[in-house]
Amino acid sequence: MSAATATRSVLRTEARLFAREPGSLFWVMVSPTVLLVILGLIPSFQEASDDLGGRRVIDLYVPVAVLFALIMSGLQAMPPVLAGYRERGILRRMSTTPVRPGALLTAQLALHAAAALASALLVIAAGRLAFGVALPENLPGYALALLLAVAGGLALGGAVCAVSRTQKIATAVGSAVFFPTMFTAGVWVPVQAMPDTVQRIVQLTPFGAASQALDTAASGGWPGWAALTVTGVWTVVLTAASVRWFRWQ
Amino acid sequence: MTAIEVQGLHKAYGDRKVVDGVSFDVGEGEIFGILGPNGAGKTTTVECVAGLRTPDEGLVRVCGYDPVAQRAEVTRVLGVQLQESELQAKLTVREALDLYASFYERPADRQELAERLGLLPHLRTRFGKLSGGQKQRLFIALALIGNPRVVVLDELTTGLDPRARREAWSLVESVRAGGVTVLLVTHFMEEAQRLCDRIAVIDRGRVAALDTPDGLIGRSSTAKEISFAARTPLDPADLRALPGAAGVETREGRTVVHGTDETVDAFVSLLARRGVTAGQLRVSDATLDDAFLDLTGADLR
Repeated sequence: MSAATATRSVLRTEARLFAREPGSLFWVMVSPTVLLVILGLIPSFQEASDDLGGRRVIDLYVPVAVLFALIMSGLQAMPPVLAGYRERGILRRMSTTPVRPGALLTAQLALHAAAALASALLVIAAGRLAFGVALPENLPGYALALLLAVAGGLALGGAVCAVSRTQKIATAVGSAVFFPTMFTAGVWVPVQAMPDTVQRIVQLTPFGAASQALDTAASGGWPGWAALTVTGVWTVVLTAASVRWFRWQ
Repeated sequence: MTAIEVQGLHKAYGDRKVVDGVSFDVGEGEIFGILGPNGAGKTTTVECVAGLRTPDEGLVRVCGYDPVAQRAEVTRVLGVQLQESELQAKLTVREALDLYASFYERPADRQELAERLGLLPHLRTRFGKLSGGQKQRLFIALALIGNPRVVVLDELTTGLDPRARREAWSLVESVRAGGVTVLLVTHFMEEAQRLCDRIAVIDRGRVAALDTPDGLIGRSSTAKEISFAARTPLDPADLRALPGAAGVETREGRTVVHGTDETVDAFVSLLARRGVTAGQLRVSDATLDDAFLDLTGADLR
């Protein structure tokens, strides 16, 4: 069949397989919303705070939970799948057919991007419905920052996969990178609540910058070029590293 | 018409020369065997044919196409079953067949293929739950699903029980009967002897011999083995002097002479001349195993 038909059937098959992984589905699609709801149930987090410029803690945690979804998808869920496909010769098997094994990687990237975005929308909807968190005021700016952050998460996962020889190593490296990434995304302390010096350093990381961009867009501003550039540069560098070091077998 | 052409193939990994000047041609409709001990360079040779590796030197053609430069053309005419290559654990047999069929312009009839390979009862089974034999049959199905003109089967029956192995053999024969050329990599003598029209024995990266199974056996220095229990002792020197005799030994009270057809004839006349009766006389043909040992000095078993 044509290349387009083959690509579609690879995507359809991978989507089916993705739906057969309850663990990944929970962590990527459900856990960020669960995190938001648990935090929202703490009464003091629903009270406006002068330290946060009159905002509530829960307001800050919506972008954090959004980033958490992207990190889960790109860094925790995807690398073991790709490394496993390589380790078990699935990519090699496919490279003996008229379809390039890149179709498998593309399908995985597309699925994890879609899952991350769906999970992010679920977080935003839950924040609005359960806790009255205002929807992003600058929608195009927010969408741009969100897409860039999704790309950054996938690029980071791709780089983890490229430097890891086996599925086990990919899982281990993914977890090692996971915790600092969660910190920079503000999962423990929202970036806006960090001390100035720490904030300046964190804003040079892909998710620290993305957090800032999402926050600005959520409150109606246009995300600063500095923040978008930081996330963008990281995405480009990590993508280049993945392409440079990825081994097909 | 040549289905596969390999000329002066070289491939090294770092300093280690794995394939060191391998050449052979496989005719259309032939079952061609590549036989050799572990690490002889069989799989690397086949990977070069399948376009999975780029040769350092030499020429490879599959139906006239270069597997590296004309990869798209080669993938359309060549079906491959690889060693140590799996599928996604949660993919069902039916999904695997559908997926791989969608890669080709004129795929084979999936239902018929599944039936021929005994996969019909397992269509809904996930790959991870299949037995070794079922996985192997699925791999053969996937190698054939694009209606290829040439199939490469690498260690097809490794890990199969004797019955499944025999089934796989009849399958290979029926594939060839359908006009498909088969390149079979194996280290099972019986398999090579039973299936192959011609065999290339590869040892330490080189073709040690290339012939029909019978030709290889005949080429062995010990094509015949004469064994007997002599009532009257025969002088070992006389035995060693027999034309074509390669060696004389005593095994469990029996005298064993290795040699050729000529040795057998001369031995019979020697008995007559001396008036000796040889009890329990047995003359046996050497097997491909013996020939292989002779050619490579390696024991496969």
